[in-house]
Amino acid sequence: MSARTGILRAMLLLAERDLRLAFRRPSQLCNPLVFFLVVTTLFPLSLSPQPSQLRDIAPGVLWVAALLSSLLALEALLKSDAEDGTLEQMLLSGQPLVVLVAAKTLAHWFVGGLPLVVISPLAAFALNVPGDAILVTAEGLLMGTLTLSFIGSVGAALTVGVRRSSVLLSLLVLPLAMPLLIFGARATDLAISGEVASGPLYLLGALLAFTATLAPFASAAAVRIGLE
Amino acid sequence: MWLWFHKLGSPPHVYRIAGKITPWFGWIGGILIAAGVFGGLVLAPADYQQGEGFRILYVHAPSAWMSLFTYVVMAVAATIGLIWRMKVAYSVAASCAPIGAAFTAVALVTGSLWGKKMWGTWWEWDARLTSELILLFLYFGYMALRAAYDDQQRADRASAVLAMVGVVNIPIIHYSVVWWNTLHQPASVTKMAAPSIAPAMLVPLILMFFGFNIVFGALLFTRVRGEVLLRERGADWIRELLGKS
Repeated sequence: MSARTGILRAMLLLAERDLRLAFRRPSQLCNPLVFFLVVTTLFPLSLSPQPSQLRDIAPGVLWVAALLSSLLALEALLKSDAEDGTLEQMLLSGQPLVVLVAAKTLAHWFVGGLPLVVISPLAAFALNVPGDAILVTAEGLLMGTLTLSFIGSVGAALTVGVRRSSVLLSLLVLPLAMPLLIFGARATDLAISGEVASGPLYLLGALLAFTATLAPFASAAAVRIGLE
Repeated sequence: MWLWFHKLGSPPHVYRIAGKITPWFGWIGGILIAAGVFGGLVLAPADYQQGEGFRILYVHAPSAWMSLFTYVVMAVAATIGLIWRMKVAYSVAASCAPIGAAFTAVALVTGSLWGKKMWGTWWEWDARLTSELILLFLYFGYMALRAAYDDQQRADRASAVLAMVGVVNIPIIHYSVVWWNTLHQPASVTKMAAPSIAPAMLVPLILMFFGFNIVFGALLFTRVRGEVLLRERGADWIRELLGKS
């Protein structure tokens, strides 16, 4: 009779469903982006609009703003599915939960992280970052936001059974995300001063490979615990 | 061997054993620390570079070591709990967190005092201080996650996953902070670059290390007893125990 859905097919279906759900609510998609732009605007206003100073603070501002706005979106990763019971059905579906969680994380990054990467040149440009460094920043953010989504999926899974979890989620995820911030801001910094930024970028890539392979297992374990 | 392991899983047994061991650990650790304090503060000569100020090392270094060691104990206990469904292991993990956070806080405060004396500032963004601070945040996150769950069992298991994730991440965080620090700070900070340390200074330090470790044992067992009592508060053996004494 009907064969079991293959793992890859299940991943695709789930990712497609998540994306479709996300695109039904465009405002939720835009909020982190607007937040990112607003936060990067706050710094010139609060410090000084001098181009040289802006360039000095740009790496930190861009990366901190990106981290915070990805954190904002993180709570939505599992919460609604846990509330309406979809997550339980996934658990019962017979598909490996690790794969499903990874698919959800990727879909989440696609609507929450990737737009940040796309919009980051705008913010970087406004902060007077030179052209090459804008590219490096976008590259770094590409890997950084994806890594953060994977780290964040662990945090979101751990807090899935907790009410009002957003502050707790930040407390759990931010310390773990500090290496990202260090390497990412360093890459942008190097590129702004005209040096080769490949070292920190490689390290970001290593972090991505590390979290992408291990974090889904932790998240899946945490989801099982959270749904008991 | 297995019998011994199974016995460790039984709360009344652990409660009894921990109660017997605690005074021994407390006294031995206390004596070692007293000897170490005397040796470190009175007998050891003043450092030729740092003068008397280096003596804070005798509290700072063991606390910093214990802050890491406690995290590892917590993660190992949590892992054992997760794998073998051992309730007592969760009690141990839960008891570790406040002790570890306290050691971390002591290490930070003493480091800050030492920094004021040696570097002239209360807070230097030194790699060790920074990673110690992040470690404190990790402890806070662990305790906050425990507190967020009403259900004891889910709190245990969720925080166990967090402890495991944390222990994998600690080396990464530490080395990234070290790397960041060496880039941002040229050698303005004078570290103790003395690989050979005089025996009169070293012996008290070793005493303090062992003393801290053993006192940690005593603190841990005391907390575990409390934790076991709290978790088993409805159980018969506690009623018997209280009825007898």
